[in-house]
Parts: sequence; C-alpha cells; structure tokens
Amino acid sequence: MDKQVAEKIAFNEQSERRYQEALEMYPTKEAALLPVLWIAMDQFGALPTEVLEYVSSRLDLPPVRVFSAVEFYTMFYREPRGRYHIQVCRNLSCTLRGSEQLMGLLEGKLGIQPGETTEDGNFSIETAECLGSCGTAPVMRVNDTYYEDLTIEKLEKIIEGCLGGRSSSELLG
Amino acid sequence: MSKKILSANFDLPDSHALRVYEETGGYRAIRKILGTPGDEIIEEVKKSGLRGRGGAGFPAGVKWGFVPKDTDQPKYLCVNADEGEPGTFKDRQIMEQNPHMLIEGILICSYAVGIERAYVYVRGEYVFQIQRLAAAIAEAYGSGYLGKNILGSDFNLDVVIHRGAGAYICGEETGLIESLEGKKGQPRAKPPFPAVVGAFGCPTVVNNVETLSSLPFIINEGASAYAAIGTAKSTGTMLFSVSGMVEKPGVYEEAFGVNLVEFIEERAGGVLGGKALKAVIPGGSSAPILTADEARNTVLDYEALAEAGSMLGSGAIIVLSEDVCIVKALQVITRFYSHESCGQCPPCRHGTYWLARIADRIENGRGEPDDIDLLLSICPEMMGRTICVLCDAAAMPTESYVKKFREEFEEHIRLKKCPMDGAPRLLGIE
Ligand SMILES: Cc1cc2nc3c(=O)[nH]c(=O)nc-3n(C[C@H](O)[C@H](O)[C@H](O)COP(=O)(O)O)c2cc1C
Ligand code: SF4
Ligand code: FES
Repeated sequence: MDKQVAEKIAFNEQSERRYQEALEMYPTKEAALLPVLWIAMDQFGALPTEVLEYVSSRLDLPPVRVFSAVEFYTMFYREPRGRYHIQVCRNLSCTLRGSEQLMGLLEGKLGIQPGETTEDGNFSIETAECLGSCGTAPVMRVNDTYYEDLTIEKLEKIIEGCLGGRSSSELLG
Repeated sequence: MSKKILSANFDLPDSHALRVYEETGGYRAIRKILGTPGDEIIEEVKKSGLRGRGGAGFPAGVKWGFVPKDTDQPKYLCVNADEGEPGTFKDRQIMEQNPHMLIEGILICSYAVGIERAYVYVRGEYVFQIQRLAAAIAEAYGSGYLGKNILGSDFNLDVVIHRGAGAYICGEETGLIESLEGKKGQPRAKPPFPAVVGAFGCPTVVNNVETLSSLPFIINEGASAYAAIGTAKSTGTMLFSVSGMVEKPGVYEEAFGVNLVEFIEERAGGVLGGKALKAVIPGGSSAPILTADEARNTVLDYEALAEAGSMLGSGAIIVLSEDVCIVKALQVITRFYSHESCGQCPPCRHGTYWLARIADRIENGRGEPDDIDLLLSICPEMMGRTICVLCDAAAMPTESYVKKFREEFEEHIRLKKCPMDGAPRLLGIE
C-alpha cells in the first residue's frame, strides 16, 4: 500500500469517538471487532483491503482474523454497492407471497442480476434470507429501510423515488 | 379469548416511551424485588414454569440455577435478539413497541443471577429496532433504572447493544457468544454450557427477548398467576408470528393450549382467498411440517406439538394453502440451511449442500426417480452428530416434507417439471 493511501485511511472525528466508545463496551479489545467494522462501513462505505488493514492495526489483531470475520458475515461488503442497495428476501414466507416475481421485475427494470451494480452506480440488488418481516411479505430493504407488503405499484414508486434522488425513508411518503 | 401479557401495550400511542410504560405499571417489578435474595427470584421464575421462547423451550429459572454462585468472575447476560429463524418476527415487535418491558426483564434476570453487564445481540438488519432500543436504554439510564446504584440500591447494571452482521448461526447461543467476542459465529461444542463457561470465559445466561419480556408480569402478578395461564407444562402466553397464505398475517399473543387450525382461522383470518389448507409449519422453518389433518388435531403447546412429531420452536406459524408446492417450499428452506451452515461439521456442510441440490433439481424438473430415497437416506446421517442442531434443523423438516408429501415429489420427477409452476404469483400480477 503506498503511503498516501495509508494516510488517507483513518477514522474521522466522529468515527474515532465511536471507536473509543466501542472499546469501553467489552472486556477485550478483540470483541470490539464487529462494532469497529460497522464504524468503518459507515465512514468508508465498504471494507477494501486497506481499510481492513487499518482496522486490524487499530485492534492489534492479525489481518487474517479481520479478513476471515468479514468473509463470514453477509452484511460486511468488501466493495462499494450502489447508492441504493436493494435486498429482496427469498425465504419461504416471502416466496409464497411472490418475492421471485419481485426480483424478476427488479432485474428487468434495472438491467442487472443479483450481486451486480448498475453502471451509473445508482442501484445494486441482492437476495437476502428471512429479514424477520414475514408478516408483511414480500419484503425488501433499500439501504437500511424496510419496504413491506410490496406490490408492483409500490415497487415502481420506490424505484422512481430513488431515481428522483429522494432518501430512502421518503420513498413511500 | 386471547390473553395479553406481552402485547398489552402494543396498541397504545407512544407505547415505546418510558412515560407510557411507567403509567401502565412499568418498572414496578424491579422495585418490588430489590432487596429480595436472588435465589428467591430464581425459585419464583422456576415456579412460573416459564420456558425459553427462542426455540428450545428450556425452563428459564432452571437455566439460571446452573450459573455458579461462588465465583470471582463477572457474569454476563446475553439477550438473544438475533431473530433469524425463518417465519419469526415477534422479538422486533417487542423492541419496537415496548422496549422498556424488555429492559425490565433484563433487570430482573440480572438482579436474580448477580449480573452487572448485559449484551443485547440484535440482528444487523434491525436498524430501526436498534434505534428504538437504544433510545429506551438512554431513557432508563436517565431515570435511574440502569447504571450504578439502581433506584438507590447497591445493584448495578449496564446494558450494551451489540449489532450482528448477517448470519443465522449467530442466533445459536454459542455462535452468538463467539460473535460477541469478535469472531466468526461458529458454535462451540457443549459442555461446557454457557451458564458455566460463556462469554469471555465467564458464566453467562443466554435468553431470548420474549422470555425476558415475560418476567415483569411474573414478578408483579406472581408465579402462580402465570402458571394458571396456558396448560400444565406450557405455562403463560406466547407471541405467535403467523405468515404465509393467510388473510391476516401478523403477531398474535395467545395462551398455550388453543387448537392450531382454530387459531389460524380465528386470529389470522383463515387461509388466504378461502382456499383449502394444505399444511402448516408450526415452529419456524426448522420444524417438521404438519398436514392439514394433523394441524386440525393438535393444540399450540410444547408437548402437543412434540407429540405430533413437530415442535413449537419460536412460535412461527407458516401456513401453506392448496396452491403451494411442497417441493418448492423444500427447495427454499434447504437452500437456506445450506447457505447458513457454518461449515465446521462435515455432516452439516455436506448434508445441507446435498439436500439443497437435490431439492432444487426435483423442483426444476431434473430429478431422478432415486432422488426421493436419496433425500431420505441423507437425513438420518445428519441427525444428532454435529456441534449444534442447525444440521438437525435442516434434516428433520426435509424428512417430513418428503414422507408426508411423497406423491408431489414423484409427480415432479414423472412430469419433469413443477406441476404448479413454482411459487404463487406476486399479489397483484396474476
Ligand atoms: C441454528 C440456531 C439458530 C437459533 N437462532 C435463534 C434466534 O435467532 N433467536 C433466539 O432467541 N434463539 C435462537 N436459537 C436458540 C438459542 O440457541 C438458545 O436456545 C436461546 O437463545 C436460549 O434462550 P431461551 O431459553 O430464552 O429461549 C437458535 C438455535 C439454533 C440451533
Ligand atoms: S451443525 Fe452446522 S451450523 Fe452447527 S456447528 Fe456444525 S457446521 Fe456449524
Ligand atoms: S421470509 Fe421474508 S422476511 Fe421472513
């Protein structure tokens, strides 16, 4: 890693404060790994190699420990996702209520497959396992917001809202 | 009539606020027990018959009794808010609608066992629920319910939210502890049980959100009042998550002992579109499936469902109507277990992979006549021989789907396609 990059990777003030708070929550430094990875995700948007090396140096952990944890958990991303990251639940209750068709519609509308990002960087889509919202199936998340009881009309509205640049919490408003 | 203990406040405006909780008798239970020896509280919870709502149904008081009394080590409580069992969405309801009830439950357990730090392990997707809970925890600190010298006593308790990051296996109690310690959430071999060697090598209680949330009622009204609700061995009420092909999916609180199909009809509005009932998965996707007739003849409690060859699990009821393909359902759930196996144990790593592959090819019309018996021969090889029961949780339902709906599997293989064309359509497409 060249020196310039290494210098750029550092927690900003807010992250640093959260980092110090996280360390106080646990009897070992190592236990702060998940919270610290969340802090890094929030600041950097993804966890490329240089970020993971930074995290491992801050927590005095061998890089391999940090890398293998990141591989294990599905919500830590090594590469940046779309500005709107869409996760469609594919577990049983959502499948029964049409989540496969929902994903099909999204694929058609955005021209990408699950795991891909649109060229303009606006959208990425992905399948998810049960999101704990089966009573309002079918369900998807856009960034951190749940969209429930989805229908075709709702889906169209959400995508158009995203294209209009509205924040995800406003999309159904 | 449905009895409301856990959901009593759910419909009140601002039910999540401290003010509303206090106005409806909240934090009375912790006041009541401060000064009482912890052992007496544990006895009271044993007497109530309260069983764990996370899946295994283990008696809560008995579990607390396993924690060593004479130890210099700190003790921990891990609150299981991972809510990963497919079909389950009730712990989020508690965190959204009445987080203070959970906090008071955490206080009661911690006081009884002598715990000064509780970690709430919340699944990573529950961002809104984490915000709600964090706000409630801040309110509780502000009013002297958490922190040092709680309500002027010498009892101290800190509550910390630990956000998961997407892994079903972190709901398993030792996977949860590994994850809390900053590692991959790979379960540990038991014994030792967490009550003796748990988080950070210290004695640890792991309890589900709903289990803990039942405690304020037990303390306020007394163990015998709680034990009088439900059946002799399944006491109290449970939050049932109802989803799938029903008119009114949702979370419904019910005392144990009601008939399963009557419950679906009376509370959840019956089968969607007036269709015939085909089958019910009564306890989350890990529970063996019940045919419509079996469901009609069983009641909702731990014993009755075990006797019916299934389990109450997390109380997640998934309703399948006549227009649902059982092979499709198996394809979906085996794919899930294959995806979620942590890979430590060969029977689980290989077994879940093969179940998923075979179910997938039968559903897609590429099944061979031998595939049905192949599925049935793999399942017993997966049961009772791994570190945790995820492996059993994949094999048990698979065996039940194939045995009870064998003709649907045969038909797929004969026709070389799914006779129902996969899943029902998105509502509104048709
Ligand atoms: C694969 C697997 C996943 C589990 N997921 C959860 C879960 O998401 N939430 C939960 O409370 N318990 C879950 N459990 C059960 C826990 O291991 C444990 O029994 C429970 O948290 C104990 O709390 P309780 O006695 O209050 O139910 C899971 C178990 C297994 C084997
Ligand atoms: S049974 Fe499966 S999930 Fe459980 S520890 Fe073994 S490999 Fe991991
Ligand atoms: S099955 Fe989709 S949220 Fe549970």
